[in-house]
Amino acid sequence: MNKPIRRVAFVAMIMFALLLANGTYMMIFRQDSLAAQPQNRRVRDAEFAQNRGAILAAGKVEMAKTVPSKDRFKYQRVYPDGELYAPITGFYSYDRASSALESTYNAQLAGTDDALFVRRLIDMATNKTPKGATVQTTIVPKIQKAAAEALGNQKGAVVALDPKSGAVLAMVTSPTYDPNDIASHDIQAAGKAYDRLASDPQHPLSNRAAREIYPPGSTFKLVTAAAALADGKTPDSTVESPDRLKLPGTKVYLPNSTNCGGTKITITQALKVSCNTAFANLGLEVGASKLRDQAQLFGFDQRHLTDLGGVASQFPDKLNEAQLALSSIGQYDVAASPLQMAMVSAAIANDGVLMDPYVVSSVWSADLKPIETHKQQELSTAMTPDNAKELQQMMLQVVNQGTGHNAQIPGVEVAGKTGTAQSDPKRKPFAWFTSFAPVDDPAVAVAVIVEDADIPRNDIAGGRLAAPIAKAVMQAAL
Amino acid sequence: MREVVPVAVVPRKRRGVELALIIFALGLTLGAYAVVDLNVTGQISASFPYLAGICIGMAALAHIAVQWRLPYADPVILPCVILLNGLGLVMIHRIDLINDPPLNGARQQLIWTAIGLVLFILVVTWLNDHRPLQRFTYTIGLAGIVLLLLPMVPGLGTEKFGAQIWIQVGPYSFQPAEAAKILLAIAFASYLVEKRDVLALAGYRILGIDLPRARDLGPILVMWLISLAILVWQRDLGTSLLFFGLFVMMLYVSTERAGWVVLGTLLFAAGAYFGYLNFGHVRARVGAWLDPFSDFDAYYQVINAQFGMAWGGLLGTGLGLGRPGLTPLARSDFIAAAIGEELGMTGLMAVIVIYGLIVARGLRIALQCREPFGKLLATGLSFAFALQVFTIIGGVTRLLPLTGLTTPFMSQGGSSLVCNWIVAGLLLVISHQVRKPAATVAPINPDVEQTQLVKAGA
Repeated sequence: MNKPIRRVAFVAMIMFALLLANGTYMMIFRQDSLAAQPQNRRVRDAEFAQNRGAILAAGKVEMAKTVPSKDRFKYQRVYPDGELYAPITGFYSYDRASSALESTYNAQLAGTDDALFVRRLIDMATNKTPKGATVQTTIVPKIQKAAAEALGNQKGAVVALDPKSGAVLAMVTSPTYDPNDIASHDIQAAGKAYDRLASDPQHPLSNRAAREIYPPGSTFKLVTAAAALADGKTPDSTVESPDRLKLPGTKVYLPNSTNCGGTKITITQALKVSCNTAFANLGLEVGASKLRDQAQLFGFDQRHLTDLGGVASQFPDKLNEAQLALSSIGQYDVAASPLQMAMVSAAIANDGVLMDPYVVSSVWSADLKPIETHKQQELSTAMTPDNAKELQQMMLQVVNQGTGHNAQIPGVEVAGKTGTAQSDPKRKPFAWFTSFAPVDDPAVAVAVIVEDADIPRNDIAGGRLAAPIAKAVMQAAL
Repeated sequence: MREVVPVAVVPRKRRGVELALIIFALGLTLGAYAVVDLNVTGQISASFPYLAGICIGMAALAHIAVQWRLPYADPVILPCVILLNGLGLVMIHRIDLINDPPLNGARQQLIWTAIGLVLFILVVTWLNDHRPLQRFTYTIGLAGIVLLLLPMVPGLGTEKFGAQIWIQVGPYSFQPAEAAKILLAIAFASYLVEKRDVLALAGYRILGIDLPRARDLGPILVMWLISLAILVWQRDLGTSLLFFGLFVMMLYVSTERAGWVVLGTLLFAAGAYFGYLNFGHVRARVGAWLDPFSDFDAYYQVINAQFGMAWGGLLGTGLGLGRPGLTPLARSDFIAAAIGEELGMTGLMAVIVIYGLIVARGLRIALQCREPFGKLLATGLSFAFALQVFTIIGGVTRLLPLTGLTTPFMSQGGSSLVCNWIVAGLLLVISHQVRKPAATVAPINPDVEQTQLVKAGA
């Protein structure tokens, strides 16, 4: 019987060899992918307990930092001015994921990024707790605070850009939330806080500045004006501005909400008083394809600021004449984020060159070595410098003599455009304002939206509600 | 039997080696226990001296019993068993500490260890010789089959985790398959020793393989049907595989006909395929094996075991520093995953190698044994042990679909622990009978062997 027993022994040996080989295989080929699984609580807990890097605003102001903690997680994430910076930092939670920079820069903040590999080895060798990298943003606390204060409790958003670099100087969204509630080590309370915020009808978790799109209303007339200038018109070209315009192919009339000052006016005048029929006619003259091209040059139909999950603004695909007329004044299916409208102003201010907006300027490892540095990038040349300068002057008129007079700053030339938009007849209109200053050497471009503007629907809404906010932000930036 | 040990060599008793290895195993166990306490609570628990005393006392009793009644027994098996049992206790204690207040699974396991040890000592001292067991072939066989089928009795069997392999009497639940494993190994061995000549007669020859005669197919078909019944009503592929594999292997060893293995493999494959087609439970296990991440919630346990072992990496998190509690059933079915997490893949492999040592020693005893019953019994017990370790650790590490078998000596649960101690006792008994010098004092001479066989049968 020894021969079969030897064979049985051989089979047993194979079984044990397979067990050992499988263990080896698992360590070599499966370990990393298992550790990367989002449901892996061991990894998640360890990440949650680590010394995460800080997120800084300009001047090394800590928007998010980590402090030692005495409970089962060794470190606690703290947001010193949580509500103010929530749209930029986002939150970092135990089991409700993370958002904004906490999410997009997780690998760097956690110190697990490949660029930090050597640092990790050194920490392991010296038995130090590894520390994550620090993320430096372009947010300027002074401007951010001014924007938040000016917006106050109104539902809406403010974005301020540096037109020359594309840096986001401020990004405020209201209502906001306190990420500290969601980052709490009391996991249950944190979960409840998140669920409450997520189900809040006011949507405090949403970033209205970059992740929501709204009908831009009359602020879109800047795009139509730019398209008209590109099409060979000048600021003094005249355009029909009847009291009401029959939309081609329909029986519907588009009325003016302001007194346009005549039935044939210059484009400058049309922009100054935000004349609907004039811009509808201008759009019809330019045509859908050129208008769309101009919108796309300003950044429509493309995602921006993906670090914060920015969404693409939309210019509709197929338009008939009536839809084109409405689109030319920022209605119908045109939809833009406040960030997008700030980019329009910024491109005009920067003599037609649109800079890629960014919020993270650099990332440093814990020993202050830079790992990543943002390189400023031109997205497009939206306008020729000459056309841009002409449009700047037209926008200056809007503030100096037109609907945007509430944004005037003594001693500073401010250029802007108001807007009022209604997406749904039952809802209250959105008040818009987009502007930049100073005109000769622009330092800041701003877009403001106030949702549910509680005043009758007319073009003054943007000027009355949104322009003072933009003014406060620009003053803080200058 | 040409490989007879040369007579001039009088086997050494090797009890000193055994003692040294036991001390090593105890040292590892108690050290690990203390490390768990220190890492989890920061201090060694007050009960540690008692625990150490009990462990040392029990190990000493086992050693003395072997020294007294089986002086020529294999010196490696007992220390390996003590080490595995000890590590199991440590892991269960570690998992106890996750709960606040701590559970007392380790204390229960210690009590079961004591019961297992009593039975081990009974086997060693009172049974002392395996050969008389041959007299009760059919009684033992019947008892084994009844035990095996017991969980199917309505009202007695209880379903846990999708498989009905437990019986519940009052507050006590127990897995009769563990005891049936031993009884059937004994019954198969003595039945096959009697019938092997008949069964070895070849019927047909297909593709160079001698297949048995149709009229001799009875026993294998009966075992196949019982295995299928286990699969159908108890819904456990592992137990089914264990028994059928045990039987086919013993059939092959006794008859030396590879045809039985081919036939058995085909029959089992057919049965397993049938199970796969007809039982969601079996399908789910295969699904969890092939692609666990296709359904995170359904395959939570398997996935978490993988997470644990990946987290532990090569060297482990250290005892008490991992998160084995995140894997459900970490103290029983998934204790191998807990070891893999805290002692690392290195630790898990060491444990696998210790199991391998026991199997190797068991098969070595089978090879050395000179009478067919002992040979077959040692082979059967060792192979069943190997198959069980392969199936459960393979299942936990995703080499195979998961089955409901226990991890011998380690996973929490009385029936498995007690029964495996009996297996260890039986292997030691056979090895003592093999190596004791009385049989080899006479000079080498074919006649002596003959005499011996007669003696053995008497």
